[in-house]
Amino acid sequence: MDIYLYRRLLDGSCRMTLKHYIIGFIASLALTLVAYTLVVAGSATGLTLLLLLAGLAVIQMIVQLNYFLHLGAEARPRYRLASFVFMALILLIIVAGSVWIMHHLDTNMMNMSPEAKDDYMKTQFDKGF
Amino acid sequence: MSEPHEEQAILNRSSVGFWIYLMTDCLLFASLFATFAVLRNATAGGPAGSDIFELPLVLTETVILLLSSFTCGMALLGLKTKNIRQIFIALGATYILGVAFLSIEVAEFAKLISEGHSWQQSAFLSAFFTLVATHGLHILAGLIWLVVLVVVLSRKGITPKFARQLTLFGLFWHFLDLVWIFIFTVVYLMGVAA
Repeated sequence: MDIYLYRRLLDGSCRMTLKHYIIGFIASLALTLVAYTLVVAGSATGLTLLLLLAGLAVIQMIVQLNYFLHLGAEARPRYRLASFVFMALILLIIVAGSVWIMHHLDTNMMNMSPEAKDDYMKTQFDKGF
Repeated sequence: MSEPHEEQAILNRSSVGFWIYLMTDCLLFASLFATFAVLRNATAGGPAGSDIFELPLVLTETVILLLSSFTCGMALLGLKTKNIRQIFIALGATYILGVAFLSIEVAEFAKLISEGHSWQQSAFLSAFFTLVATHGLHILAGLIWLVVLVVVLSRKGITPKFARQLTLFGLFWHFLDLVWIFIFTVVYLMGVAA
């Protein structure tokens, strides 16, 4: 097997260089440490903190998809990107949908006594749901 | 012996196929994340996340896994320059870091169980153990795959088939690091913060 073959094999669809991996590694490490410090230092709290953490995780996801999984360098047609976007859509529906529905079930029903729950179900049923 | 462009076509096909498997695996994790998000407050009188999580330990795990993702990338670069020694060293480092990660996780689980906080105590702990251990099992599968790759490499050297397998392993390992970022953020950091 000649070297030419291996170069062809791997150069084609990937831009794999040491520089890319180092950038990806340092950026990921920095983002992880920032998220960790935010929680430990306690400078932000509540919803602000949760949104910041989620934002940092998403940024790190994009960094790793680009620098480790080379999603941005894929040759056309972009099957990987297309299947990733579709997966992300289904993921959002599963996660956001579950949390949304179960949160409403919780607030509507979990604070009731069993008798109150029965009454509630009965009035809803009489209304014809 | 196949032509270069033919090899390229095989690599593209198999990596797209493997990528689609990874996407379905993502959906498995998505449903476990959704379960965890719904049950995170269902502690049934037991401990909440902020009572049992040790963040410094989890940060160590995160850094170890990130490092192993980097060394795995070094193995892929060794493939590009056909440097067999670099591939051996990088895969060895990846294996050691992977074992270290898994040992810390098993120790964490053992400690929780010995303190009576097993998956039987509350819905929150059931969801926690299921999500984190599913990721751990993937890491274990990756480590077994890694051993197979090293054996194949030492016997047959760098062949096009090996190059393909190592590329797919790289995708798998980087993907597991990506899933861990979300476990680290959603389960541990948000668990302690909230």
